[in-house]
Amino acid sequence: MIRLDLGRLLAMTRKELREFRRTPFILGAMVVLPVIFIVEPLVDIFRLGSSTPASAVQKVVGVTFLLMLIVPAVLPSTIAAYSVIGERDQGTLEPLLTTPVRRAELLLGKALAAIVPSVLVSYVIFGVVLLCAHLFAANQTVVATLSNGPEILAEVLFAPLLSGWSIAVGTGISARASDVRIAQQLGTLASLPPLAVTALVSFQVLSPSVPVAVGFGLGLLVIDVAMWRVVAAMFDRERLITGARALAARGGGGGGQPPGTVRRIEMVRGVDHE
Amino acid sequence: MNFAAGTQRLVLQPPGARYSPAMGQSAPGLGEAVAGPSAPGGPALRVSALTKRFGDRAAFEDVSFEVARGEVFGFLGPNGAGKTTTVRTLGTLIAPTAGSAEVAGIPLSPQNGEAIRRRISVMPENPGLYLRLTVRENLELFASLYGLRAPEGRITGALEAVRLADRSEDRCGRLSKGLRQRVGLARALLNDPEVMFLDEPTSGLDPVAAREVHELINGWRQRGVTVFLTTHRLEEAERLCDRVAILNTRLRSVGSPKDLRARLFGGSLVVETASPLLDARAVFGSVAAVREWSEGDHGAYVLSVADPRQAAPDVARAVVAAGADLVSLAESQHSLEDVYLQLIDHDGSAPR
Repeated sequence: MIRLDLGRLLAMTRKELREFRRTPFILGAMVVLPVIFIVEPLVDIFRLGSSTPASAVQKVVGVTFLLMLIVPAVLPSTIAAYSVIGERDQGTLEPLLTTPVRRAELLLGKALAAIVPSVLVSYVIFGVVLLCAHLFAANQTVVATLSNGPEILAEVLFAPLLSGWSIAVGTGISARASDVRIAQQLGTLASLPPLAVTALVSFQVLSPSVPVAVGFGLGLLVIDVAMWRVVAAMFDRERLITGARALAARGGGGGGQPPGTVRRIEMVRGVDHE
Repeated sequence: MNFAAGTQRLVLQPPGARYSPAMGQSAPGLGEAVAGPSAPGGPALRVSALTKRFGDRAAFEDVSFEVARGEVFGFLGPNGAGKTTTVRTLGTLIAPTAGSAEVAGIPLSPQNGEAIRRRISVMPENPGLYLRLTVRENLELFASLYGLRAPEGRITGALEAVRLADRSEDRCGRLSKGLRQRVGLARALLNDPEVMFLDEPTSGLDPVAAREVHELINGWRQRGVTVFLTTHRLEEAERLCDRVAILNTRLRSVGSPKDLRARLFGGSLVVETASPLLDARAVFGSVAAVREWSEGDHGAYVLSVADPRQAAPDVARAVVAAGADLVSLAESQHSLEDVYLQLIDHDGSAPR
C-alpha cells in the first residue's frame, strides 16, 4: 500500500512547475512545438480539395492524429529525462533525499508536473486544429472524420497515457544515466514505441470505435503501471547518491567478512523501503 | 531550539542534557522494529562498530563514538577518509554494511529512515539550492517536505537567524557563495532539527563569510542544538568544537582538542637560559616532575612533564639553584593541527 502525503507531493509539483517556467529550454519547447504541430497538419488539411479521394483524406487524418499524439509522448520525456540527473548535477538531490519525502511522493510530484502541461498543450493543439478545420477546410470528409467520436476519445485517452509512459521511462533513464544529454536522447527514443500502437488506430488499420479506443487505453494503462513499478524499484537512495546499490541489497560482497556480519547485512537490505 | 509554528520568532529551548560516558549503552541491532526516540537525556548520536564497504573497499570501518545532545562535534580526516560517507550513512541516505547506530535516539534502520529524517537536517558541502527559485521558494519547498504547518513563521525565523530576511525574494542563482551557504543553513534550521549535520560549511568561503558561519554555529551550540561538523579546517574545529574525532577510514582518536593534545604529546615546558647549563642532566634530574628532557640550541630545553603548571615552579627553582640565568619558562602549546598530523602521518596503512 503506497502512503502519500498530498502536501509533499504537490510541493514537488509546484517546485517543478516553477522551475519549468524559468527554464528557457522548456518554455521554448512548450511554445515552439505547438506551433509546429498546429501549422503542419493544417497545411495538409487546407490542401485537400472537396473532391480529394477518400484514401488521401484518410492519410491526412492519420498523420494529423499521429502528430497530435507525438506532443504528449515526446515533450514530457525530455522533461522527465532531466528530472533525476538534473537534480544530481546541480547538487539538489542529496538535500532533497535527506527530507522525509517518500519515493512515491517525489516521483509522482515530478510526474504530475510534466504530465499536466504536456497533456494540456496536446489538447489545445487538437482543439485548435479541429476548430480551424471546421472553419476553413474545403474538404468536409476530413472535418467529419476529425470530429468522429471514437477518434476524439482516442486522442483524449491516449494523450495522458502516452505521457505517463514517457515520463516513467524518462525518469527511469534519468535515475541511471550519468549525462543529461544522453538521458534526454534515450528518453525521447524510448517514448516512441507506444506511438506505433496508437498509429494503428490513427491510420484506421484498426477501425476506430469506442471499444477499440477504450481497449487500447486500458492496454496503455497496464503498460504505464508496470513501467512505474519498475522505475520505483530503480529509485534507490543509495544508488542515486553514490552511483552504487547497497551491497546489502545483494546480500554480500566486501570480501572477508565474518559470518556473523552476513545476518546484519540482510537486515539493512533496501535502505529506501518505505 | 524550536520554531514556534505560525509566529515569526525563534523560540529557544534550554540546552539538552550533556552526555556523560556513564550513559553509554550497547545500541540495538539494525534489524529491530520501528522505535521511537530513546530517553531524552541520551546521546544525540550513538555509533557502534559502524562499517560501510563499497565492494572490497572500506569507506569507513568499525567506527564507534557518541555525541551528546547540545554538543558541537568535529569530524576531521583527510580526503577519502570516509567523513562524507559517514554523514550520509547517519543521514539515512546510505545503508551501513555492518554495525549499528542511533540518530536522535532512534535506531538506524530502513524502517526508521523517515522518522530519523524528520529529526535531523543535513547540509552537504554544496548547499544544493534550486538556483532558478528564490530564497523563499527554496525554503517553502523544504518546509512542505518536512510537513511543517503554517511554515511562513518558520521560514521568516530561519531567514532572520541567518540574516537573510532582506534577500528572501532574490533568486538563489544571483547570490554569492557565502549567501548561498547561509540559505543552506537556513534550510537546515527549518525543521527544528535535533541533530544538524554540516559537511564543510565554510568550504570556499572568504574569512568574513566563514566567521559569520562560525558565529551561527556558536549561537546554535548555546541554544542546545547538536551539531555534527565535518571540516578540513583545523582551526575551525579547534575554535568551535567541544570534541573532535579524527577519522582515516578507522577512527583514530576522539576527545576534546585539549585532551587529544595531552594524550598525544603530554605536557611539556620550554626552558630558556642565558647560557647553556653546565650539567643539565643533574639540574632536570633533580626535579621529580620531569619525565624526560631534550636540549635545543643556545640554552633552550624542552621538558616532558605530567602537569606543566605544577612542574614549572620546581623547574624554575632547580635552574636558579644551579646558578643559571633563567630567561623564560613557558608551557609548550601544540595545536590541533599537530595532533592531526601526528595521527594521520603515522597512519600509513589506511587509504588517504
